[in-house]
Amino acid sequence: MSDTSQDSDTSQDSDTSQDSGTSQDSTTEEGLTPVIETSKEPAADRHGGVPPLLEVSDLHVSFPSEAGPVRAVRGVSYAVRPGEVLGIVGESGSGKSVSSMAVLGLLPDSADIRGSIRMDGRELLGLNDAKMSKIRGKDIAMVFQDPLSALTPVYSIGTQIIEAIQVHQDVDKVKARTRAVELLDLVGIPDPHQRVDAFPHEFSGGMRQRAMIAMAIANDPKIIIADEPTTALDVTIQAQVLEVLKKAQDVTGAAIVMITHDLGVIAGFADRVMVMYAGRPVENGPVDEVYYRPRMPYTIGLLGSIPRVDDDERRALTPIDGTPPSMVSLPQGCPFEARCPIAIDVCREREPELVTAPGANHPSACHRSRELMEGGGEGLLDPETIYPVPPVPEAHEIERLPRAERTAVLEVDNLVKHFPLLKGAVFKRRIGTVKAVDGITLEIKEGETLGLVGESGCGKTTTLLEIMDLTGGQAGSVTVFGKDVREVKGNKARKALRRDMQIVFQDPMASLDARMPIGDILAEPLKTHGWDRARTDARIPELLELVGLNPDHADRFPQEFSGGQRQRVSIARALALEPKLVVLDEPVSALDVSIQAGVLNLLDELKSRMGLSYLFVAHDLSVVRHIADRIAVMYLGRIVELGETKSVFHEPSHPYTQALLSAVPLPDPQKERARERILLTGDLPSPANVPSGCRFRNRCPKYLQLDAGDQQRCESEDPQLQSLAPDHTAACHFAEALAVV
Amino acid sequence: MLRRLANYLILVIVATSLAYFLAALSLNPRSNFEAQKPRPTNAQIDATLKTYNLDPETPVVVRYARWVDGIAHGNLGKDIKGGSVADDFARKVGVSIRLLVIATLIGSIGGVLVGAYGAIKQYRFFDRWTTLASFFLLAMPVFVVAIALQMFAVNINESAGSTLIQYTGEYNPTLSGFWPVMLSRLQHLILPTITLTLFQIAQYSRYQRNTMLDVLGSDFLRTARAKGLRRRTALMKHGLRTAILPIVPLLVYNIVLLFTGATFTETIFGWHGMGEWLVLSITTNDVNAVAAVSLFTAAVVLVAGLLSDLIYSALDPRVRFS
Amino acid sequence: MSIQQNVEHEPEADATPALLPPRRSGRGRLTLRRFARNRLALVGIGILVLLFLFAYVGPLVDKWGYNDHDFTAFLDGPSGSHWFGTDQAGTDIFALTTRGLQKSLIIGLLVGLITTTLAATLGAVAGYFGRWIDRVVMWIVDMLLVLPSFLIIAVLSPTFAKSSWLILVVLLALFSWMITARIVRSMTLTLKDREFVKAAKYMGVSDMRIIFRHILPSMASLLIIDGTIQVSLAVIGESSLSYFGFGIQPPDVSLGTVIADGTSYATTYQWLFWFPAGFLVLFGLAIAFIGDGLRDAYDPNSSNAKAQAKAIKEKGKSKDGESDEAAGQRVGSTEVLSQA
Repeated sequence: MSDTSQDSDTSQDSDTSQDSGTSQDSTTEEGLTPVIETSKEPAADRHGGVPPLLEVSDLHVSFPSEAGPVRAVRGVSYAVRPGEVLGIVGESGSGKSVSSMAVLGLLPDSADIRGSIRMDGRELLGLNDAKMSKIRGKDIAMVFQDPLSALTPVYSIGTQIIEAIQVHQDVDKVKARTRAVELLDLVGIPDPHQRVDAFPHEFSGGMRQRAMIAMAIANDPKIIIADEPTTALDVTIQAQVLEVLKKAQDVTGAAIVMITHDLGVIAGFADRVMVMYAGRPVENGPVDEVYYRPRMPYTIGLLGSIPRVDDDERRALTPIDGTPPSMVSLPQGCPFEARCPIAIDVCREREPELVTAPGANHPSACHRSRELMEGGGEGLLDPETIYPVPPVPEAHEIERLPRAERTAVLEVDNLVKHFPLLKGAVFKRRIGTVKAVDGITLEIKEGETLGLVGESGCGKTTTLLEIMDLTGGQAGSVTVFGKDVREVKGNKARKALRRDMQIVFQDPMASLDARMPIGDILAEPLKTHGWDRARTDARIPELLELVGLNPDHADRFPQEFSGGQRQRVSIARALALEPKLVVLDEPVSALDVSIQAGVLNLLDELKSRMGLSYLFVAHDLSVVRHIADRIAVMYLGRIVELGETKSVFHEPSHPYTQALLSAVPLPDPQKERARERILLTGDLPSPANVPSGCRFRNRCPKYLQLDAGDQQRCESEDPQLQSLAPDHTAACHFAEALAVV
Repeated sequence: MLRRLANYLILVIVATSLAYFLAALSLNPRSNFEAQKPRPTNAQIDATLKTYNLDPETPVVVRYARWVDGIAHGNLGKDIKGGSVADDFARKVGVSIRLLVIATLIGSIGGVLVGAYGAIKQYRFFDRWTTLASFFLLAMPVFVVAIALQMFAVNINESAGSTLIQYTGEYNPTLSGFWPVMLSRLQHLILPTITLTLFQIAQYSRYQRNTMLDVLGSDFLRTARAKGLRRRTALMKHGLRTAILPIVPLLVYNIVLLFTGATFTETIFGWHGMGEWLVLSITTNDVNAVAAVSLFTAAVVLVAGLLSDLIYSALDPRVRFS
Repeated sequence: MSIQQNVEHEPEADATPALLPPRRSGRGRLTLRRFARNRLALVGIGILVLLFLFAYVGPLVDKWGYNDHDFTAFLDGPSGSHWFGTDQAGTDIFALTTRGLQKSLIIGLLVGLITTTLAATLGAVAGYFGRWIDRVVMWIVDMLLVLPSFLIIAVLSPTFAKSSWLILVVLLALFSWMITARIVRSMTLTLKDREFVKAAKYMGVSDMRIIFRHILPSMASLLIIDGTIQVSLAVIGESSLSYFGFGIQPPDVSLGTVIADGTSYATTYQWLFWFPAGFLVLFGLAIAFIGDGLRDAYDPNSSNAKAQAKAIKEKGKSKDGESDEAAGQRVGSTEVLSQA
């Protein structure tokens, strides 16, 4: 069996090599232009005459599909020099991952790859599996996005690292193991001697990613390609992993190609950045150049649509309208034309080349890039103003009342939710208690948005479901619109309460039943609450219009809409009955940034228009800062800091809030480089194993600075929320404001 | 664990009891004796039935109690010919195992290999044809395949001019000497083994193909290749190793079920094993044998289930530790 | 579900999802299209229709009834008078085959329908409500799995002769819903925590309505595919039982009894075997093709859509754990009923 498989594999490989060989000849000449372009740029000059380590030129990748070839990558060229960090940014579907997979030769056989990929001057495209295997893991190493699925579940971490070592180095098992332990130690895994025998599922996400990095640097690679290495991780863990990646680079001297959708991560990490859109690079240059002097409307829009933790005044975000084009049937002209605020006729006719416009210092692909100059001016366009800035919605009359005079819509007092912890695959027994929610107190007034922030596993979703379940929890109380939910008996009374509180979930696809047209989806709450047919039918177009969708689309199915539109449908459904309180569970975290901005603006607008109150649950501090009036920071089942948004962001007083805030990357290279990060040690402890006294003490940077007596206090006494300023409390014995943004 | 075991035991007891009652109430052991020539007198029949604990006059609950009492003392009762059910048992299990061991071995290994290879070559020649062939087999009742094979064997024998392939019984009892008997056993084994093997390959390969396909698209396989393993090494070491995990419990389960025999194959090819006994005991209205078979089957099913669970948790680190 | 791979697009733009051609329609039509492209599945449907025609129109054309004996032709080969030949009693094989096929078709489809309904309802109710309902249903499932179904049906077979073959249908269904119910239950457990179900619950929609309007339709694909598998299992089960004389009782016939009656002569008078067996296999194959076509059409895993999705790389994670489990347990169920 295996013999034949080998035969056909090699024969196939040689086939593709021939293919790419011939097509390469035909494309090199056109392909040369962009390469020359990139080498002309000043950033390249900085590295002097050093020849590039990795040189990708005019790479094209397409996949066959039912609808025709999907042209995932359409002419990507870049060069990476030794020790350099190149960031590749783009939204989902922009071709950024596919192009890096092509470098490693790991695309499926069905992919049609053309162009050239050179490593140290040697052409990689068309090498057979055997030859490529000698390069993979040795010269080019890879760090993948989801470290759980990227590690083989049935082998221990050590076995997998040892394997990586032994593939390329002629060392015995004992030596390889010693090296594996060293590597794990290097990437900051505690107790590497023991953890080397652990299985992937026994590691937390951050630890797994560290192990992946250890594996990647096992053979001192020249290049590490990191594909969204921190996307699946929480911010504080992300900060740790980025630090490890930096360290790995210092140790090995490798160049890094960092692929991400997060402009903040790139800002502080990369030397150069390449922005991709619809399978092509649209802007390329040193980080500062691209961030501060963008020359392409897409980059400008992207930067403007990101909510930032360092934003001071409240502003509406500038969303990029529309959607990336289909990669199957691309329009003739510039792929961004349909979404571009400054598109002109030529944009519809011809796709712009990636060239350096006169007066610019880096290449961009826009017909009008010569007009896009900082500050605008005569006959020029100011990048700051090309996108129409939506007006900040006028505050609802309720919002103008002082907070104390408004009535509370939701009061949660000392809410507790514990789960039994069961153990055993074949037989189960209770071995402990998971303290998912361990005493939460909060209050939301009319017309107010409370942001509930915390990392995964802190209990924020449990809190929210406990509130929505209307059961009142195991201890403590939940009071909705002045009624204690425990007192609300009977299905009818409960149903009446539900009418006034609605929920929007994170994943718009999962929260809409794919089998119902959106008209029926919107009708469901109305029908459930006894609206008649005629009223319901009249209400549906109204709702669609309210959230900015076409009312004629009521008979379409959710899957015919994009993620952002689906989330709008979810919001419309939640608003169908004109509730007073809307609970939002990570409503934008599944969306790309440019779409996220539109949904956030919509939420803001609806709130002011209808006088809604929001409980906004999120892990992203910058989003919360943008939308919330007040903020509650959760850690391990408790609120550790609570207060007015401005005050919490300006004067974070709990060490955890400080660490959390400092871990959020800013899409601002200079600020980012100047910032000092408060790195937390270790992972979030399991809620089944809450430390005594202060639950944060084992990771607390402040605790380490305290003297023994004070430390004693943290160990024995559970800190309560104490007031620091009007409407600002923190649960720390030694709370002290520290500006970190 | 204990609770689950207890629950299983209760299930076995209820299942067997139900089978006993059903058999005792609807089968008519008397007809066996009435059909005998010369026909025994009614009194004789009654007496025999009584000694066999089959007397329809005795309330079924009492008969059941006696049967249970017998089991408690390791006595499964008498079969309809007066022999000990327990002895029949031992003999028939032996026959079934002799028949099934080879078929199961080839079937399991073959199924895994065919399925995994089919997945690797998805939608290519090999995959298409094995898929089609297993469809074909799984759409057919066993007896159709068995009879078709018999007819095929007859053709071969005719064209060869001698009986190369035997299709009834376990061996030719008129032969003596080690080698002639072995050869005869082999000749008798060919057809039933082919039948059983085909079905097992068809089944396991379908399943293995599915799990392998899942693994083929997995991120960890990509990681394995990214660290420099060749495609083939990565497929064997990371792919197959992971993809085989869910199959193992199934294989264990089936291996344990060997003891209950293969009803159709045994009956059609005339092997006097457990499977054939099941049919035979019903057609001969042999209540005690029916009860014994159902007791045994229920017990084996449960042991198989437990064992496959245990093996799975022993093999998969994720289950082991969580 | 390649549709889920859409990249974002906003209201103002025309509704052309990226990576897909314009004017993509709903899931139903997509499924239909994929199904239609699956040639094997179309062949399956074609065969099934022809079989029905054959089974019900055939007897009208044939001059022999399945109870008639032609005393001038015993064990005659296929001829102008007896198209499929005759058996040792002079019965026309064509008449027997059509009659047997009628029974097999009806029993198969009925059992498939009953089994799937039973499994869907009980599995979903057990999974959704949990607690004691779950425990009771699951205990019954375990119980029925342990019971020797073959033996029980066999022991009870004499009663079919007295009353009706419908009892056989009920018994076959009774012993084949358990594994599907387990799958439905475990899927319900996952679906119960899915956001659209929670959304409905928090809207105040009633439990039974959630089960029948949200949960069960969400697994329609599984249920339909499972239904076809149940049909072919029922056909195999029925004919196997009948082969041993434990299924359809004389004077009625099914393909199983026709084959069984001919077995002893089959090696010499091959038409006794090949005609009924051929139709039985054809039926089984048709059902298998249809089931597989449906699976391919519904299941994104089975088409190359998955490979692409991976390559283009998206945030959305596939959630196909259920279908794997289904496949796994399915093998188990074939095993239980066919008993090799």
